[in-house]
Amino acid sequence: MELLAFARGQALTFSVAVFVLGVLWRLVGVLALPAWRDFSPPREGSAPNWLSAIRAIFRKMIPHRTFLKEGMFTTVNGYVFHFGLGVVVFLFVPHILFLRSLFGVSWPGLPNGVITGVGALTAGSLLVALAYRLTSPVLKLISRPNDYLSWLLTFLPVATGLAATAHVGPRYETMLALHILSVCAFLIWFPFGKLMHAFLFVLSRGATGIRFGHRGAQL
Amino acid sequence: MKHDDNLAGEMQRRGVSRRAFLKFGSYVASLMALPPSAAEALAEGLAAARRQSVIWLSFQECTGCTESLTRSYAPTLENLIFDFISLDYHETLMAVSGEAAEKAREAAMAANRGKYIVVVDGSVPMKDGGVYATIGGRTNHQILEDTVKDAFAVVAVGTCAAFGGLPRANPNPTGAVPISTLVGGKPLINISGCPPIPEAMTGALAYVLSFGKLPELDHLGRPKAFFGETIHDRCYRRPFYERGEFADGFDDAGARQGFCLYKVGCKGPVTYNSCATMKWNGGVSFPIQSGHGCLGCSEPDFWDQGGFYRPLSTPLGAMGPALAGAALAGAALGVGAALSARSHQKSYLASAEKEKE
Ligand code: SF4
Ligand code: SF4
Repeated sequence: MELLAFARGQALTFSVAVFVLGVLWRLVGVLALPAWRDFSPPREGSAPNWLSAIRAIFRKMIPHRTFLKEGMFTTVNGYVFHFGLGVVVFLFVPHILFLRSLFGVSWPGLPNGVITGVGALTAGSLLVALAYRLTSPVLKLISRPNDYLSWLLTFLPVATGLAATAHVGPRYETMLALHILSVCAFLIWFPFGKLMHAFLFVLSRGATGIRFGHRGAQL
Repeated sequence: MKHDDNLAGEMQRRGVSRRAFLKFGSYVASLMALPPSAAEALAEGLAAARRQSVIWLSFQECTGCTESLTRSYAPTLENLIFDFISLDYHETLMAVSGEAAEKAREAAMAANRGKYIVVVDGSVPMKDGGVYATIGGRTNHQILEDTVKDAFAVVAVGTCAAFGGLPRANPNPTGAVPISTLVGGKPLINISGCPPIPEAMTGALAYVLSFGKLPELDHLGRPKAFFGETIHDRCYRRPFYERGEFADGFDDAGARQGFCLYKVGCKGPVTYNSCATMKWNGGVSFPIQSGHGCLGCSEPDFWDQGGFYRPLSTPLGAMGPALAGAALAGAALGVGAALSARSHQKSYLASAEKEKE
């Protein structure tokens, strides 16, 4: 109970505060940068900047034709755990109650059985992603501690959440505390590591789209 | 009180049959989930036992635990347990008072040195030399130390005695502490609950009486037989929880349909007690059955878990101020970072211009 009180109390307040601070720091830092300066006129017939940006954001959601076949597995697996995380985080009733306590809004959730199933699938998919990262020569070469830490801090809340529901490991209240603490670690790391892509992918893809579009290239 | 006869003889003289012993034995055995063979051992143990001297001390408490025990709807069990023990000192229940009462305590201690059981309800105030609760001019701490010294075992009854309870709630003005911190190495059983279930109290006492040792305890010193599972584990509303069907208030459609009370603050998932199986008032009902979530009354610090009506998955305190501060600081850092980037860019462009010239 003491550990749970610490997790629900100081730990959660501190980590959500770090999350808010870090995310705003990085987002405001990027968005308040001066507008990109056009030193050359855009290529004739090129799309307006906003259109190039939007195109890039959506086009990049599936791999380019050339890589479709090789990229299929990682793409599908990536979608599985991203959607899985979305479902587990936003549609499990206790999580909705947590979010309601922060934002004051709530929405209907899914039955626990569905959440557990999706959670297990997500955990499996994350493990597959790690295995792929460790075995693919190229991916292994470009992976940094940042990648592994981001993976671990995503995996731990899923694993501890599943363990708490399934009553494996220590007593439920301890497991619940560990689950919350793992979320705290996730939140603290989020703004400073690769997890921040959840916010930044729109900006970076958009910026790339604009630059390419400017030169008349279609992404 | 005469202590030189065993219980079987004494009971026989009072018309209590051996059958009653056996019945009681099997009742306690089933309560404590002991194997069937234990029922007879329990009965034999009880029959051979001497009347157990019990000294009951009440400190910072509300008498709810005594009320719970004496108003128990299990009259056979309650009567029997009072037949089996000799309650030599209990301020609320004893006829005498003042010095005569204190004398009774001292006499019982002297006559049963090393054999008596001390039952305590209430926590002990330690701040300012313990002046916040005194009896006959002596602090609770002094009385406890004195009484426990020659005891065989100590039973802390109720959450105040077991974990500090209400007196210890934030900001704990009297410096209240649980009994476990003051009994040295004496064998101790915690029967927590606010109040505890009567059968948990009598069951644990019967076990000690029959077997002469403590029952199996959990990491908080509570008998596993009564505190081995959470309320949530055995709650009849659990299927609703699993299906995601919740009451959003105490009189909405969900509440009327008997849905799970998690959203209105039920602490059943982290509360170890037998309410959901043994129930209260002789098995009639328990709080969740009456439409109110579990408060977590058998757990340490249950008063300070952020509020009885706050769902378990929400933060303990208000995060607003901390988050507002963090948002302001984050935005300021972001603006600062962007400004510094702008000035870098400016000086870079200026130097590039210069180079061109
Ligand atoms: S009412 Fe409480 S104990 Fe019962 S299922 Fe719901 S959360 Fe669990
Ligand atoms: S249901 Fe919970 S709060 Fe109520 S008496 Fe039982 S343990 Fe205590």
